[in-house]
Formats: sequence, structure tokens, C-alpha cells
Amino acid sequence: MTIVTKTAEPVVTRISGPIVTAVGMYAAQMYEVVQVGSLGLVGEVVRLVGDYATIQVYEDTTMLKPGAPVRCTGAPLSVWLGPGLVGSIYDGIQRPLPGIEARSGAWIRRGEKVDPLDTEKRWTFEPLISSGEMVTAGQAIGLVVETPLVNHRIMTPPDISGTVRSIVDKGDYGLLDPLAVIETATGPREVTMLQRWPVRVPRPISERLRITEPLITGQRIIDTFFPIGKGGAAAIPGGFGTGKTITQHQLAKWSDAEIIVFIGCGERGNEMTDVLREFPELKDPRSGRPLMERTILIANTSNMPVAAREVSIYTGITLAEYYRDMGFSVAVFADSTSRWAEALRELAARLEEMPAEEGFPASLPTRLAQFYERGGAVTTLAGEQASVSIVGAVSPPGGDFSEPVTQHTRRFIRCFWALDTELANARHYPSIHWLHSYSEYVEDVASWWKKEAPDWIDLRTEALTLLQREDRLQQIVKLVGPDVLPDGQRLILFIAEIIKDGFLAQSAFDENDMYCTPERQVMLLRIILTLYRRGRDLIQGGVPLARIRSLGCVPHLLRAKTAFGNRELEKLTELEGRIMEETETLAKEYAKEATPICTPLLT
Amino acid sequence: MHATFDVEDHGLQYVGASRIDGPLVVVERIRDVGYDEIVEILDYAGRPRLGRVLDISVTQAVVQVLEGTTGLSNQSLHARFLGESFRLPVSRQMLGRVFDGLGRPADGGPSALSAERRDVNGMPINPYARRYPREFIQTGVSAIDGMNALVRGQKLPVFSGNGLPHDRVSAQIVRQARLLEEEVEFSIVFAAMGVKHDVAEFFIRNFRDSGALARAVMFFSLADAPSVERLLTPRVALTLAEHLAFDCGQHVLVLLTDMTNYCESLREVGTARGEIPGRKGYPGYLYSDLASIYERAGRIEGSPGSITQIPILTMPSDDISHPVPDLTGYITEGQIVLDRDLFQRGVYPPIAGLPSLSRLMKDGVGKGYTREDHPILASQLFACYAYVKRVRGLADVIGEEELSTLDKQYLKFGEAFEMRFLNQGEYENRSIETTLELGWDVLSTLPKDELHRVSDALLKKYYHEKEEAPICATPLQGA
Ligand SMILES: Nc1ncnc2c1ncn2[C@@H]1O[C@H](COP(=O)(O)OP(=O)(O)OP(=O)(O)O)[C@@H](O)[C@H]1O
Ligand SMILES: [Mg+2]
Repeated sequence: MTIVTKTAEPVVTRISGPIVTAVGMYAAQMYEVVQVGSLGLVGEVVRLVGDYATIQVYEDTTMLKPGAPVRCTGAPLSVWLGPGLVGSIYDGIQRPLPGIEARSGAWIRRGEKVDPLDTEKRWTFEPLISSGEMVTAGQAIGLVVETPLVNHRIMTPPDISGTVRSIVDKGDYGLLDPLAVIETATGPREVTMLQRWPVRVPRPISERLRITEPLITGQRIIDTFFPIGKGGAAAIPGGFGTGKTITQHQLAKWSDAEIIVFIGCGERGNEMTDVLREFPELKDPRSGRPLMERTILIANTSNMPVAAREVSIYTGITLAEYYRDMGFSVAVFADSTSRWAEALRELAARLEEMPAEEGFPASLPTRLAQFYERGGAVTTLAGEQASVSIVGAVSPPGGDFSEPVTQHTRRFIRCFWALDTELANARHYPSIHWLHSYSEYVEDVASWWKKEAPDWIDLRTEALTLLQREDRLQQIVKLVGPDVLPDGQRLILFIAEIIKDGFLAQSAFDENDMYCTPERQVMLLRIILTLYRRGRDLIQGGVPLARIRSLGCVPHLLRAKTAFGNRELEKLTELEGRIMEETETLAKEYAKEATPICTPLLT
Repeated sequence: MHATFDVEDHGLQYVGASRIDGPLVVVERIRDVGYDEIVEILDYAGRPRLGRVLDISVTQAVVQVLEGTTGLSNQSLHARFLGESFRLPVSRQMLGRVFDGLGRPADGGPSALSAERRDVNGMPINPYARRYPREFIQTGVSAIDGMNALVRGQKLPVFSGNGLPHDRVSAQIVRQARLLEEEVEFSIVFAAMGVKHDVAEFFIRNFRDSGALARAVMFFSLADAPSVERLLTPRVALTLAEHLAFDCGQHVLVLLTDMTNYCESLREVGTARGEIPGRKGYPGYLYSDLASIYERAGRIEGSPGSITQIPILTMPSDDISHPVPDLTGYITEGQIVLDRDLFQRGVYPPIAGLPSLSRLMKDGVGKGYTREDHPILASQLFACYAYVKRVRGLADVIGEEELSTLDKQYLKFGEAFEMRFLNQGEYENRSIETTLELGWDVLSTLPKDELHRVSDALLKKYYHEKEEAPICATPLQGA
């Protein structure tokens, strides 16, 4: 044991990249925020040994010197919660990037401090309670229209309940203005629009619920084959360039969550710029309002400090929980959790922790579990049903799914969208592989779909079975070619191609294709399978496959997803009619003539 | 072993070190030294070498010597801490000059006279301040323009292998790159890390022949230079590029070759520090380190200039899943992959059809940028070529004769695609129209109904009905 003598002023004793050691820190708390050096670089205490503290610094430490002062703030790393979050873009520690730009220009200078929310701005507050009433923790005391899409509820903080002693009238107030005074068991407490919450602590809920409703994403392979429930957790692993980011952007654009939190964690700057450029212009298909009115962005790009990357995930999920507490369904996208895990690894290495698998700290699975467990369908403290769904991208080295991050993530998610490099190379997007992916939410959401389309589950099963059979047949084809297969089996190959090209492949850039309503998804698949069933009958009736392949409706079926929009369902009905007609004609032809007519040799 | 110090006019100078290990030197009992500070280490004869502080505590500093530790001794070395991090004087007068890997003149000319001295580590660009890159750069190479278009401000690496013509391909890109509307010339910043003299020679000759030498700046840390020096070379080059682009408003093409050598130097330093190695011995922070280089490309709102990066790397044993290409691919906006098989069959440039990708293409081509049919044409070519690969696999097993008529047509398409579309002269500069026409020309070897991705309207307009005389006339640009 070293004998601790308390030095007066905390000072830096060692610097190794983002990890700084300071002495004189006997009174510091774990995870307390500190300011390091004369620039006041923001850091967090991650280890305490006697009078020494190890600090993880969120900004570049170049030219920081031993002996530099350290200032303790007494509080853990917390985010600001209140109106104004929606539509914002923050860095990993909730500094608004526009505010930083205004102060330091195009490059992020160290030591900049900007409030996460504008305390000057006035919001119209409409009280929901009156004095004398009892309020519980987390109850809404009033409303603020944050954006046309978001009715922001001003709630009592999770530790405040009691009798309302006073409440302001409807009017315009700033974030820090006292709105109500609540008489609690420990005395009167003021409530403002602004709350703070430590990012590493989950916000409390009343209870967890079973997942029953799908998060509709408008992406066919997801909604129809591998659905995610509202409150569910999904992973989307894939090598570079396989489509993780585009898929997540698609979900952020089109899914029917009420609030979107997108965390760009250690990825490209341009991708965040892309979102910033696109989202204000795209319209939510349900409300017709700009998508930015329901979106919060956290951008800690790959060239921004690695310690802030580690915390960005927690910042994002805390904001999500806050909106969940208002009763919203929230979806969180993290791109990419592998970069976050690498940040953990880098920091652990600098802290000289014993590494476990591939240099990752032994705590990696716990950390992953803690993150994914902050999602879920819940009853809020105020008694409402709400949810946080989480979709995490995973970037496995070399695209090999056996590495630790993918493997451990699999344990804590129930929906796995495996991206396939070969499909991506063939420009089959989204390159989610139909045989390697799975969703454990199918049964949970089946009853929802039953109301929407009674045959959803059957169509899904039939299509997946066809794809599995095709895969087995392809093994044979690879060895001996397709010609030895009987027409019945070659029909399966043919229909599987149509399912892949005409249904599963979905362009993120095509006007008609980027978003597909559940109704249209089911219709499209139903028509394809109609062709399959009719084709099977025809082949039994002696019709050669080549005749079915060359039916006039086939190219139209393949182009239907892009040719018609979501509102042109009658065109799909027409197409179905055409398939019935053409196959009928063919059937009649073969029923009459015993001798088959000469057909062009096509496979 | 015991450091003493004496005060000179330059500040504190420490004599002696406690440890020299690989590129690292540990200096004890230092005072007022900062993290990442630049150090001058003097050997017994007083010759200076540069180093930087990697780890600093109250009692000691770990210094990474950039110019090798050969000949240093614990007893006699002197260390002088220069009171700032590594800085490069920047000015546009540096165009047309040659510098060493640390930015010191290597052509006998004077040092850059400039009051502007920039920290070579740069600062992260605020994503909010970026402008999304979308201006199409015509490189005159069909495989790039048609299928993997480059846009101004993109970072698009070339993944190559030993013995493949990556230098010729990248020199051709630099020579021919231009925008469709504007008549601006790119400034060129060239950084060579650990490559042989011949390669440097090749690029100098090329730039001279095409008249680009006067607007090119070169930084050479060649194979015989101390390997640790390479860690700074790309940063030095990008620091100048940022000055040219965002202070002087120029459009800069940055060529970094060979990033694999850079990564090996990083591994060397990591190992010397006793760090826990990651995959194949490379440090766990390789991703973040590479990102701090590659992310220094792009455009900035309100600034006329741009940085377009073309890093070149060789994949050890042609393995694209090796950590260097793998992590690069995770950071850059696509990749141009060179293929040994195509090369051996005499196709130049041997740009692999399927694994190559440009992620920014979607926003830089099509109506209003190149031509309305461009995105669909590229997507259809990719899809058909992917099928060709499958048919070839099948033909290997059952023999070409046994293939169906349609599959045989695909084989013919594959041939045409490789020999006519991909293949072109090293000095052949194809306009985008020529490239697109050629694309339709080879696509038209397939029946119309096979082109599922193309709408009826576009088919009508661009599909070549019947077998017409193929278009071969391509404008050649003088050698
Ligand atoms: N649904 C889609 N429709 C059309 N193109 C797509 C689609 N998904 C992906 N792509 C194409 O694939 C490219 C790569 O996708 P994306 O950037 O999402 O990959 P990623 O998996 O995030 O890669 P990284 O790990 O390197 O970030 C895109 O630039 C786009 O061209
Ligand atoms: Mg991505």
C-alpha cells in the first residue's frame, strides 16, 4: 500500500495519446468529467489508484505537458435533454457541430466549449397539469411543439414526484426558466425544460414488454424475410462496401419510428454530410414532412478523437431513451459498433489492461450487452408503451464473421442481417444474404402482419423454401450444368432468380424502389409465387420450361418494382391478370395439341 | 545513464539517454516537454536527426527517432526539445519542387520561405463544414469513368499487387484527369513512401512529359530512407495539399504510394514500443491512424478548392482481406482493384470488374452530370459481368460446348467487355460519351430481354438493335 498524501492542486504526470495520468486526484470520482491543461480539454476519469487518476481525454493531447493543471467538475459525463435536440448534429460528447463551426471554422479546434442546447431560445410551453395535483416521476407536466413532427413532453425528472405547488401559464419560456415547483418528500424541487442525465446510466422504465409490432422499414428483404420488431435489436455485419451504411440510411429514412437517432461512430465525414444534405429534403412517407424533423445525428467520424468515439454510443442511446420516455417509438442506428469496440481496445491497451481475444478487453461482451440492453419495448414511468429499437453495423476484419465483435454481438441481438461480399460485388443490393440471415422476431410480429396480409407468413415460408431448394440445386448445376435437371427443378432455379432480382434486390437510389409499402411487398411476392404455381401446373401438363420463360409477362414482372410506385397497386393487379391469362393460353395450347411446337432453345 | 543538461541559446539540451531500442530513445529527467513535441537528437558528431515524443511523464520522455537510431549511444547523444509539434512551412511556391519525406528540400533549392507553419497532424474537418463531393472527374479510362467514376474530393485508392501496373494506371489518371465543364488543371501532390528510386524516376519523367511538373510537388521517402520517417511523409504532403486547396483555392490530386510500406513502418514502431499487436502484427489503432490520413480529403463549404486522394497500395500475396487493404477499404470511398488474371491476359488497365467500386459515383453521374443512362448502364454491366463469371465457372466444369445458347452469348459479352471496354491504350484518353457508347455496344451483344435493370425507354434510346458495325473509333491522344 502506498501512503496517500493529498497534494493541493491536481496536475498531469503522464501523457500517452488520449490517456493522461494526474496526481492530486484523491477526491475525484469514477467517470467524473475533468478539464485538462490550460485549454481545458474534456476528459473522464476511468481509473483511480490512491492519489492518481487515469483520465481518458476526448480531445487531441498534442503539446500537453506534465505539470499542466487538471480541474475536476464533480459530475459524471452527462447530456442535456430538452427541446431543440431534434434536427441537431452533435459530436460524441454532445457538442453541436454547427456551434463549433461558428467558433472555430471548418476544422475542429481543441478545447471548444459550446452548450448542447440553446438556452436563449424560447419555446411555447403548454401546461398539462395544474397546481395541487399529484405528479409521478416521468409524468408530462406540459407540451412543447419541438418540430411539426415532435410534440415534446416536458417531464418530471425520474427522481421527482409529489404535489404540484405551482405551474406557469401557457407562454414562451427558455430552457432554464422554472416551469413548476413540485413538493417532494425531500422538499420543493423546481422543474425546467432542461434535464441532465449521465450517459452511462440507463434511464429508468416501469417494465419491459414483449415485442409485438414490426418496425416497418420499407425494405422488402427486411420486412418480409427478416423483420425487426419495435424495441428489437438487429446487427448488420459485412465487409467493406457491402452496404451497411446505405442500408442503415435507408432504415433511418423510411422506417416508421417516430424519432431517429443516427450515430456515425468512427466512420466517414462525407457520410454524415450526405445525411445532412439529404434528410432536410426527403419527405417522411407518412406525414409528408422533412425527415430531419424527427432525426438526431451524432457524428464522431474516424478522424475525430478516439475516446469520444467510445462515448458517442452512450450519448446517442441516452437521447433515444429520453424520447422513449415521452412515449415515442425510437430507432437508433450505430455505424459502426466495430469502430466503437476498437476504441475500447485502443483505450484498454493504453491503460495496459490484460487483453482477451484479439486484443479486445475482456469486458467487451459485457459492454456490448449493456448497450443492446438499453433498447427494448417498455412501459414508461408515465405508464405508456414506447420502444427503442437498435440496429448496429458490424465491420468484421476481412469480412470474416468469426471475429469477436460479430460473435459477441450475435448473443445480444435477435435479428441478423448478414451482408455478403459476393452479392455486393455482383451489385445485388441490399446484399443481405437470404440463407445466412435470420430474425427471431418473425413469430412476434406475425399477428400484426396477419391483419395486414393474411398470407404473409405463408408467402414468406414458400419463398424462403424455394431459395433453399435453389441453393441445393445450384450445387448440382455447378458440377454438371443445368441441362440434366428436369424442367420442374429448373423452374425453381428460374423462379428463384425472379425472387432475387425482382423482389429481394432493392435500389436505394430508384424513386419507386427505395421505399416499398408492406402492401406492395406482399403483392409483389404473391404475384411471383403465382407464376411459380401456375408454372408448376403447366410443366406437369407437359409444357416445356422454355415456353414459360419466354412469356411476355416475365420481363414486366422483373421490372415491376421500379416501374410502378407505391400508389399504383392496380398495375400489379393488372400484371397478375396478365400472368393468369398468358399461362391459361399456354395451358390450353398444350391441352389441345399433343405434338409440342418447336421452341427456341433457351435455358 | 544520467542525463545532465546545459542551457544553450536553443533552450534545454539533454545529454545522454537511458535506453535505445529500435527507433525509440528514452531521455530522463526532462522538464517542460510536451506530448508529440519535436526533438532534435544529435549523435556523437553533432549531426542532427528529428524525433518526436510518443509518451511523456514527469521523469522521462519516450522519443521516436524518425531518421534511424544507427550510431546513437546512450552516453553521447544530445536531445534538444524544440517546443512545438512537427510543423511544415507551407506556400504555393513549393509547386514544382522536390522534398524529402520530412518536407526538407531535396532538389538543392532553398527551403520554403513562409511565415505559415502548419502542424502536420492537421485537425479533423468538421462534418458539418464539409461539402458533399459530386463533380465528375473524367479520367479517360473507361473502367473508371464508366463503372467506378471518380469525383472531385473523393478518396479512391488503387489496390494492386507486386508487379502489376499500378504506377502506369495512376500516372495515366493524373495525366488525363479533367472536369467536363471547367477548364481547371489539378495541382499534384505526390508522396512516395518506401518505394524504389525507379518508381520515383518514373513519376518524375511522366509529370515532365505531360507538362505537369510545374504544378506538382513531390515528397520522397524512398526505400533506402529510414523507415520511421515514412510515418510523417503522407501527413507532410497532406498539410501542403490542405494549404493549396483550402487557402489557395486549388484543386489538388494527392497520390500516396505505397501505403503498405507506411503501415509496415507503423508496425515496426508499435512492436518496438512493446504494444499488443493486432492482426498480422499491425497495431490495433491502424484503422484510426489510416483514417487520420485518408479523411484529409474532400471539399469544404465556402472554399473553392478540393483534395482528391488516390492512395496506392500493394496487397501482400494479392490478398484483399490483408489488414492494409481491408482497413483502407473501410475508410475510403471505394477502391480500384487491379487483377492479376486480367493483367496476364494482356488487358490494360487490368481493373477488376466486380470488386472495384466507387461509392460517390451515385451522386456524380447521371442526368445533369454525365448522361441520363450512365448509372443504369453501369449497374447493368456489373450485373451481366457477374453472370459471366458464373458461366465461366460452369464452362470450366462442363465445357463450353455444353452451354446453352444464351450462356454462350454471355461468354461473348464477357470477351467483348474485357477486350473492348476495359482494355485500352496507356495513352488513350476516352471521352465519357465514347465510354458510354462502348458500354452500350458491348451490352448489345446480349438480347434485350436480358437487360432487366434498364427501363424500356432507355433501351429504346440506347440499345443497338441488330448487329451493327461496332464502334471502335476512339480518339487517341498523342503519346
Ligand atoms: N440498397 C442499395 N442500392 C443501391 N446501391 C447500394 C445499396 N446498398 C449499397 N449500395 C452501393 O454499395 C456501396 C457501398 O455501400 P456502403 O457505403 O453502405 O457500404 P458499407 O458496408 O457501409 O461499407 P464500409 O464498411 O466501408 O463503410 C454504396 O456506395 C452503393 O453504391
Ligand atoms: Mg459504411
